[in-house]
Amino acid sequence: MQTPVLSLRGATKRFGGLVAVNALDFDVHENQVLGLIGPNGSGKSTTLNLISGALPATSGEILLRDTDITHLPPQKIARRGVARTFQLVRLLPSMSVLENVMAGTAFGHRRKWGRSAESHARKMLERVGMGRKLHLSVGQLTYIDTKRVELARVLAGDPKILLLDEWLAGLNPTELEEGIALIHSLRDEGRTIVLVEHVMDAIRSLCDTCVVMASGTKIAEGTPEAVLSDREVIRAYLGDDDA
Amino acid sequence: MRMDRAEITKLVWAVIAIAVAATLPWVASSYYLTIGVTIAMFTVLATSWAIFSGPTHYISLATAAFYGVGTYTTGILIEVMPYWSILIIAGLIGAVGAALVGLATLRLSGVYFVIFTLGLAEFVRQVLTWVQNLTGQKGIYVLTSITEADIYWQLLALAALVWLAGWLIGRSRLGFALRIIGDDEEVARHSGINTALAKVMLFMLPGAAAAITGAILAPRFVYIEPAIAFSPMLSFQVVIMALLGGTGRLWGPLVGVIPFTFLWEAISSSFPNQTTLMLGIGFLLIVYLLPRGFVGLIHDIRHRSAGGKLAEA
Repeated sequence: MQTPVLSLRGATKRFGGLVAVNALDFDVHENQVLGLIGPNGSGKSTTLNLISGALPATSGEILLRDTDITHLPPQKIARRGVARTFQLVRLLPSMSVLENVMAGTAFGHRRKWGRSAESHARKMLERVGMGRKLHLSVGQLTYIDTKRVELARVLAGDPKILLLDEWLAGLNPTELEEGIALIHSLRDEGRTIVLVEHVMDAIRSLCDTCVVMASGTKIAEGTPEAVLSDREVIRAYLGDDDA
Repeated sequence: MRMDRAEITKLVWAVIAIAVAATLPWVASSYYLTIGVTIAMFTVLATSWAIFSGPTHYISLATAAFYGVGTYTTGILIEVMPYWSILIIAGLIGAVGAALVGLATLRLSGVYFVIFTLGLAEFVRQVLTWVQNLTGQKGIYVLTSITEADIYWQLLALAALVWLAGWLIGRSRLGFALRIIGDDEEVARHSGINTALAKVMLFMLPGAAAAITGAILAPRFVYIEPAIAFSPMLSFQVVIMALLGGTGRLWGPLVGVIPFTFLWEAISSSFPNQTTLMLGIGFLLIVYLLPRGFVGLIHDIRHRSAGGKLAEA
């Protein structure tokens, strides 16, 4: 079997006495979509924060193609081609849509500056369906559009691994369909994707593998069909009575 | 690098404005030349301050520290080295000092940085006083043939350099990185920006500019001692002027420096014992009434006069 692109080995995050992520192990393979699922507060976002370097791991290892990235700061991890969106969308409020995306181009994994940065940013915005809204300010955008701009910024650095933190949350059915198609197309161009998600339709249609977390621990791993029918998983989501 | 027509026009106007300002020593009385020196001095200090503090939102009160170090550089070296080389040395000391301060503090957030920079001037002053007490030397005489007009021209040239640097930084990756940092440091780091390095590099500019300013002005004092060179009032004045003008544009601080200098003249001649009180009131008024300075005010007026057409755009 080929070596995984991203591996977590006993990744642990403690906040004082609370163990948010407990000795988590999983591998993500090239060009795979891995879904990180579980009830609220199970440590999914914290896991993404450990991978992206937003939070330092308390113990364990995170490997990017066999290189240890556990203790690297976020900017170094980003430059190695791991980029993320945030659960609560984070845009740059003083800048236009185009400048927001250029922020991803100018300092990311593959860097561009000046005209080529601008044209690249335009391409990314067209990609996410924002080609006509380049010069709007961030405050004028609808919710879905802010998510699109954030994704365009992330894509602008041409990352190999994308970490999407509930990128599909809060979308209406039409938008959801578009969103799923967009993520599909990202995978088709060879990117590896780790997504934290609650939307079951998206999980079923997008994920090759799912890792299910409850209270910081991995309780199941496998294809979406397999894990979603797992008794342990149902218990974690719905409680003992329904299992 | 590309420049469009609008930028070339701006550049031409800037060059003309500096050339006109350079004629002041020939046309003005010695009183107005003195005011001109004050304006040029604060323009350098406030503009370089705003280049760093504008985008990063870090309020630095270290101006007096670097300024004082520059003053002392001239005081100590004037007898042993050619004058022009002292300015370069002062700039280097200021830049290196700022880098060290930056490395120690810029990882911290806002309020710690403010307190540290405020303490820095006091710290350097106390060290100098202590050294002077040890050696028994009181102050330093700086005796040169440098005239008020010479000082004015040097400060004007320095202001031009600071504007040039600010303009170049604004167009550079570094400038863009700093705007991103000012908006959201977390996004900046996740976009691949080494935020600590960017802030330290930029902080070297006001450090160097303030040190050179101090070095240029030392001959004007004739006699320098720690209390004169490291007045904390200077740091606050610079902050107030920059905020009064507005930090969003490169010319913003200048728009604050000119009225403030005249206001300050009036205050210190009419209320010589209440200057600190007046400074405090002025600061409060600016923060409450003009939170984005004259730059913001001008921007609002322009947009209002352009009418509903722009309001929707």
